Formats: sequence, structure tokens, C-alpha cells
Amino acid sequence: MDFRLTKQQAMVQKLCREFAINEVEPIAAEIDEQERYPEETVQKLMKYGLMGIQFPKEVGGSGGDYICYSIAIEEASRFCGTTGCIISSHATLGAWPIYAYGTPEQKEKFLRPLVSGQKLGAFGLTEPNAGTDSACQQTTAERQADGTWLINGSKVFITGGGRADTYVIFAMTNKAAGNKGISAFIVDKNDPGFKIGKIEHKMGIRGSQTSELIFEDMVLPADRLLGQENKGFKIAMQTLDGGRIGIASQALGIAQGALDKAVQYMQERVQFGRTLDKFQGLQWMVADMEVKIDAARLLIRRAAFNHDVGLPFTKEAAMAKLYASEVAMEVTTKCVQLHGGYGYIREYPMERMMRDAKITEIYEGTSQVQRMVIAGQIFKKK
Amino acid sequence: MKVIVCVKQVPDTSGKVAVNPNGTLDRASMATIINPDDKNAVEAALTLKDNFGAKVVVITMGPPPAAEMLRELLAMGADEGVLVSAREFGGSDTFATSQILAAAIKKIGLEKDDIVMCGRQAIDGDTAQVGSQIAEKLDIPQISYAADIQLDGSKVTVKRMLEDGHMTIETQTPCLLTCIKELNEPRYMSVGGIFWAFEQEITVLDYEALKDDPLIDLDTIGLKGSPTNIFKSFTPPQKGKGVMLEGADKATCDTLAAALLKKHII
Repeated sequence: MDFRLTKQQAMVQKLCREFAINEVEPIAAEIDEQERYPEETVQKLMKYGLMGIQFPKEVGGSGGDYICYSIAIEEASRFCGTTGCIISSHATLGAWPIYAYGTPEQKEKFLRPLVSGQKLGAFGLTEPNAGTDSACQQTTAERQADGTWLINGSKVFITGGGRADTYVIFAMTNKAAGNKGISAFIVDKNDPGFKIGKIEHKMGIRGSQTSELIFEDMVLPADRLLGQENKGFKIAMQTLDGGRIGIASQALGIAQGALDKAVQYMQERVQFGRTLDKFQGLQWMVADMEVKIDAARLLIRRAAFNHDVGLPFTKEAAMAKLYASEVAMEVTTKCVQLHGGYGYIREYPMERMMRDAKITEIYEGTSQVQRMVIAGQIFKKK
Repeated sequence: MKVIVCVKQVPDTSGKVAVNPNGTLDRASMATIINPDDKNAVEAALTLKDNFGAKVVVITMGPPPAAEMLRELLAMGADEGVLVSAREFGGSDTFATSQILAAAIKKIGLEKDDIVMCGRQAIDGDTAQVGSQIAEKLDIPQISYAADIQLDGSKVTVKRMLEDGHMTIETQTPCLLTCIKELNEPRYMSVGGIFWAFEQEITVLDYEALKDDPLIDLDTIGLKGSPTNIFKSFTPPQKGKGVMLEGADKATCDTLAAALLKKHII
């Protein structure tokens, strides 16, 4: 049992911290205000191997692990929830399913560019009528006589939609079979019949692009089926298991970043003749937040560790995501409070952090879904 | 072609500065960083690697933990790390250090088309002497304060940045250049580079490996042999804010002139 980071992980943390301070923090407020996708940051994330951290070098990745991946998202999110979201959604949602289920040819053609920093990936599961009930897919894929797939339907709220080059999407290949009739496919942004629909305006993570994906008689070659036909639901669920480590890390980073700012502010702000950190009532708020943030980090690191060593992590990742996201919401709300009026105005980062935190309780499974997953795991064993 | 870059691990002066009773820095109790100018030298070397395929060797003299700094430089893209480390070398001043580093560079092998690079100066000693002294010991040309470096075969053209202007000088390899921060923006480590770096061996050159080199005078190395003796060191008090005068009128000019006169500046 050892709670310390390895030397490699500590060095990755150092890299990510430097990167976040120099590249992420200076533009965080601006990309939020202008709803601007930080293309320049993404190019640098790719260049320095931060978009393929946890993938082996043999497939083009950086050769790191899920702890490093979590650290990178946490460090970026301390200053900018958008950047954390971009790393997480690309690596786990876009790339991982191809890594886990792709044929050698699919890995070479689609995975290598994603994890070696050439291209961006995204994931399309959610539909207007298939949110938490993701098995209720209405997008259809029909195998045609020549073996190609004809796909019709649409996806909504897709993180990276319109920015990504490669999408892993899900469609019904057997409508009667429910979640046993869903298949996964790899879509290239230039595939005929593939279109980007409405781009959403969001409450938080406003620099990340979220869009609708439209498939209008989209024809995919036979070799774009990912994994086995009708086994796509399992791919989606397993992908989300890993993705939760990323979102939990994003939530953790937002909470840590907010607390860091609040601690600094409390040592400077004077009221009633003393700085805020001298008020015991406020000290106790800070102590409680510190405990929760640390507990969230330990839950996340344990889930990441399990993933790295091949132990089950479905429940652990759901617990980490549930707890970290609720901590992020609580901590950012309290940190706005600690800043008083300054917390509410846009000149300070607090209100942005509070807006960014909210999504972590919603995407890649709402807090309610996490509880369903956790309970499901408990009762499965009994 | 090879670029050998001399780097130094220095105390992070943005934190607390601690001093030993004998006046030397208490390095063990302070956080360390790679000397900033040295990082510019490494970046310059890596640019030559990108453009001409040069092999980049980073070398440092220091206690064993300095190997971690070398790994960071490998993670940025350097090919090899060399740690010069021995109890006998400890406490060396610039005169002693440059003898030892020159001998170490000779040991690595300085060939016709090679370049040695150093940062202009380290933020702890601030002498800017080691780079120049290494060049003298190795008997190769040196150009200091490099703000731009162009390589064309064996011809090296360097723009030197000076306080009152700049100067462009040409020389031939092998040569030594000292680099300033205006030269470039150092790159980050890469994640893949970090994992690769920890798979590499760091070559250690100790006292035994270097002591017989004629470039080293064994009586003038280490704390005892170093000709420099520190009598006292202290943290200087913070400078005052200075005086700001505003206005383009005669009265302001008179005030300024009177102030300069009082300090015997005019």
C-alpha cells in the first residue's frame, strides 16, 4: 500500500501544472465569455502527448496510465473546466472504445491518429429520447446487400461535435432486441451523409463545443462496425465506466481550483479589521472542503489504479464520479459565498467555476445514474 | 553532430532562501528548478536536433538528486544525460567547476562538428563565468549572450544581445555558446518523453573517471581548492519603491534635475 505518486506520475503532474498555469489559465475566462473553442491549446495538448496519455506506445499513445490521465485532467480543470472536458472526452470516449474493441486495421487507421496527437475523437450515444435511458436508441443501421451500413438518425449534446475528426456512434441493428440490438460504428467527419447540426449554448464549459450529429442516409463501409454486431451497448457502458474517471477528475480539479482561489482570497480580504482566514466560522468551511476534496481525490485515484492493474472498477468509478461531482458543486458554491459579491461577478473566476461544476453532475451519467450503477453492483454480488 | 548542454540545478528563488553557517547556500532545504537560462540552451540544442538531427547530451555537476533534473531534460527531448558527481567536487567555485566540466565534456568526446551550450548565468551564483571558462579550458571559440543561432554546415552565426545593442559574430564548430532567455521559449516535457526518460540510464562521471585528465588541477577543485572564499552571505533587504515623477512641465523637470544633482548623478 503506497499513496505516493511514482516518479513518472509526479513528473507528469509537474508538466501538467506548468502547462495549466502557462497555457490554460490565461485564456480560461476569455474562452468562457466568448464561447470560443481553444484550438491553440488543443494543438499543444496533442503535441505534448496529453491527448493520449493512458494508451500504450505500441498504438501511438504516450505510455502512461489512468492515474496520469486523471492528474492531467485535474490540473487543467483547476483553472478551466473546458480544457479538462476536452482531454477527457477525447481520450476516453473517443479513443478508448477503438482501443478496446477495434480490429488491428481499425486501430492503425483510427486509433493511432487519435492517441498520437493527430486527430480528435468524440462519442455519440445520447439522443433526444435516449438520455439516461440510453438503450432507447432511435438511430438505425441497416446492413445493405453490398455489406455496407446505411445509417439514419441523430445524436444530441455531443461533446466535441463539429471539432472531432473521428466519432464512435451507436445505432440499432436489431430494433426488436432493445439493448441487445445496439451496435457501435466508427464515423469519419467526411463520411457522406454525416452532418453537424445545432451547436448548443451552455451554462458552463462554454469553450467546449457541444453539438447535434445528423446521419442522413449515411453509408459506412462494412469495416466500420466496432466490435460485434448487436454488442454495442456493452461497449457504450464500458466506455462510460472509464470516462467517469475523467469526469470525476474534472470535478476534482474545479473544486481544488476554487478552494485554492478562496484560500488566497481569504488571506488578503480584510473585514472588521482582520483577514477572512482569521474567522473561525470560515476556517471550518475551508477545513470541511479540504476533507471532501481529498476524499474525492482518493476515490478517483483508487478507481484509476484499479483500471490500471486490471481490477474491476465500475463501482469505484461511479462512486468517484458521484462524490467528486457533488463535492465540486458544493465547494464552488461555498467558494462563491466566501468571495461575497466578488464571487458573483465575472471579473473573478468563482462564478465560472460554479457554472462549470454543474455539468459534472449531469454528463456521462447523472448523479442518479451513478447511484443506480453503484446499487446495481452491490445487489449483483448478493 | 552533437550538442552538449551544460545545465545546473538551482534553488527556486521564488521560495525561501536558506543559507548554511559557512555562507554557502543550504540547497538541501530549498526547492530546486532547472536554471532558466540553461533551459533556453537546451531548447536551442533541441531546435538543432529538430532541424539537423543533432544528438543532444545534457550534462550537470551536482549531487545525485540532480539526476532527476536530467530526466526532465530527457523528457523534453534530450538524448543522453551525464551526471558529474563526487564528494571531491562538492563546493567548487566557477574556476574549479569549469575545469571539471571541461574534462567531462572531453570525456564525452568533443568532435569537429559539435557545439557546447550553456545558459548565460545561473540564478544562484549569477557569475556568468563557467561557460566562458569551459571554452578557455577546451581551447575552443566562444560566443556569449546568444539571442539567435544559425547553423550552416560548420559555420555558426550568432547574434549577441548586449545592453546597448547587438553584435553578429561568425565562428566555426566546435565552439561554445552561452544562451539568454530572448533566444527562445523552452518547450515542455512530453508525457511520452517522461516515460521514456525513466527507461534511460544516466551516465555518472565520478572523481575516478576524471581525476587524471590534465585539464583538472586537483589542488584547485572542491570547496578547499576553490580560489573563491565566501566571507559572508545574506538576503539583501528589499529595495525601496523609487520615486515617480509625472508631468512634462518645467517644475517637474526642475524637481528631477534637483534630485539627480543631489545624488551627484549630474
